[in-house]
Amino acid sequence: MRLLVLADHDNRSLASTTARVVGAVQSIATEIDILVAGEGVESVAAQAAKLQGVNKVLAADASHYKYQLAEEMAALIVPLMEHYDGLIAAATNNGKNILPRVAALLDVAQVSDAQAIIAADTFERPIYAGNAIEMVQTSDDKLVLTLRPAAFAPVSGGGSAEITKIPAQPAVGISGVTGQELSRSGRPELTAARIVVAGGRGIGSRENFKRLEQFADRLGAAIGASRAAVDAGFISNDFQIGQTGKIIAPDLYIAVGISGAIQHLAGIRDSRIIVAINKDPEAPIFQIADYGLVGDFLKLLPQLETALDKAGLLPPYTRAGRH
Amino acid sequence: MKIVVAVKRVIDYNVKIRVKSDGSGVDTGNVKMAMNPFDEIAVEEAIRLKEKGKASEVVAVTIGPAKATDILHNALAMGADRGLLVETDDKIEPLAAAKILMSIVIEEQADLVLVGKQAIDDDCNQTGQMLAGLLGWPQGTFASRLVVGEKTAGVSREIDGGSQVVALKMPCVITTDLGLNEPRYLSVPKIIAARKKPIETRSLANFPVDLTPRVKTISVGEPAPRQPGEILRSPIELAVRLKNDLGAL
Repeated sequence: MRLLVLADHDNRSLASTTARVVGAVQSIATEIDILVAGEGVESVAAQAAKLQGVNKVLAADASHYKYQLAEEMAALIVPLMEHYDGLIAAATNNGKNILPRVAALLDVAQVSDAQAIIAADTFERPIYAGNAIEMVQTSDDKLVLTLRPAAFAPVSGGGSAEITKIPAQPAVGISGVTGQELSRSGRPELTAARIVVAGGRGIGSRENFKRLEQFADRLGAAIGASRAAVDAGFISNDFQIGQTGKIIAPDLYIAVGISGAIQHLAGIRDSRIIVAINKDPEAPIFQIADYGLVGDFLKLLPQLETALDKAGLLPPYTRAGRH
Repeated sequence: MKIVVAVKRVIDYNVKIRVKSDGSGVDTGNVKMAMNPFDEIAVEEAIRLKEKGKASEVVAVTIGPAKATDILHNALAMGADRGLLVETDDKIEPLAAAKILMSIVIEEQADLVLVGKQAIDDDCNQTGQMLAGLLGWPQGTFASRLVVGEKTAGVSREIDGGSQVVALKMPCVITTDLGLNEPRYLSVPKIIAARKKPIETRSLANFPVDLTPRVKTISVGEPAPRQPGEILRSPIELAVRLKNDLGAL
């Protein structure tokens, strides 16, 4: 199969997700090209060209591709698909935004969020927030697929694919960006963080939640919350983890005062290590946690902070004081 | 301005789903069903636009079995003006749903479509984007804030590593995310009063849409179970285990 991979980037650097997508589709591809569309993307195209197993990098450079708006990207990609058997992207916000629009214009179905490739037309993907896994087979003549990047190993660098500049399509001009904020500093983003600390109803108050946030900062972790904590007003629902919130898969997840409602567990299932801290030894969260501590978190957190520090597990900059 | 809001009936988010033992799917018999939570946010937003005087009419549309009128009643109780059920017992893929919705949007001459960013059953996250593509309208996906003007809509939306504000030419399609609003509580009198609002039922056969499934479900299984963990005695013990498992954080 000839496959076109849509690159994730910010016009400066290629996101690590793209190397994972290339790694994922190697088993089903005869040829892999990468599309880098943006403004001033020479450097990103050069980074993409270094990925092993890539045949060609298509670089489309125009001001109307700066933000990779779905309307402009679909107009660019649809005619390119004449030469390809499939379009693949990471299931990032970028991929999720663009690919279904392209699929509809090609009149093909999309397979979303695949976590395993069984054959060129057969994939495994989570449904019901990962509480079930379905195996699906597509019958369309062109494949449109988004992949969960965390489920696949990235290809290494050192390659030297050819870079071809392709002409931009005329601007569609029905959408534009009036503001953009990238959170490059401060706390890591919830869905990309290696460590996530989250609080539930058991935290008890907004003030106590601040204490939890300080703990998260000491660990260099992202902060999250259960729906109960959001409903109680401890934190805004942007931080909600669970079936109707964010689905996360960090290396370490620390749930504090979270009982473990089904819809919350759905959002944390793929975490590598789950730690639960709760005063109720019967809390359902302990049934899926790797490690549990039973007790009052206000007492346990300072102790844990000291213990992690002594074990050399806290990032050094926090010891010097980050604030 | 007329708003079409598309809603889907799914297993209630609080229910622990059961995979059928023959691997054919998820058991939906005798299970509490509800409106997809992201669609509830879409309905709420549509109604707030009407309350602000920006929208003249809110039409709630669903594609599904006869019982899906339940969620239309809820949408009407929240404040939608009328409901439309496109009745079918078949599983409708996102592309087919987008095509059905497109013909409704055109017929209704809607100016704005609001739909949840994804349904919590198949988790596809496709229908809104597909509908926008088919209509040739701009799309504001994963919206956490919406400001509707006469010619444009301003949408704050989540992007990788941050957030973005886009300006979309009207008409447009918005897919709604959690931060957008908190759907209102439904009181019993409101639910009863809404029973008088009209719901039209149409057969799926009335729509000139090719419904041949494109994606076949081969099997559905349970995810790999997590190994049972242990309760530790102290934070010190936990730190030792974490050091062992993770190395440096």
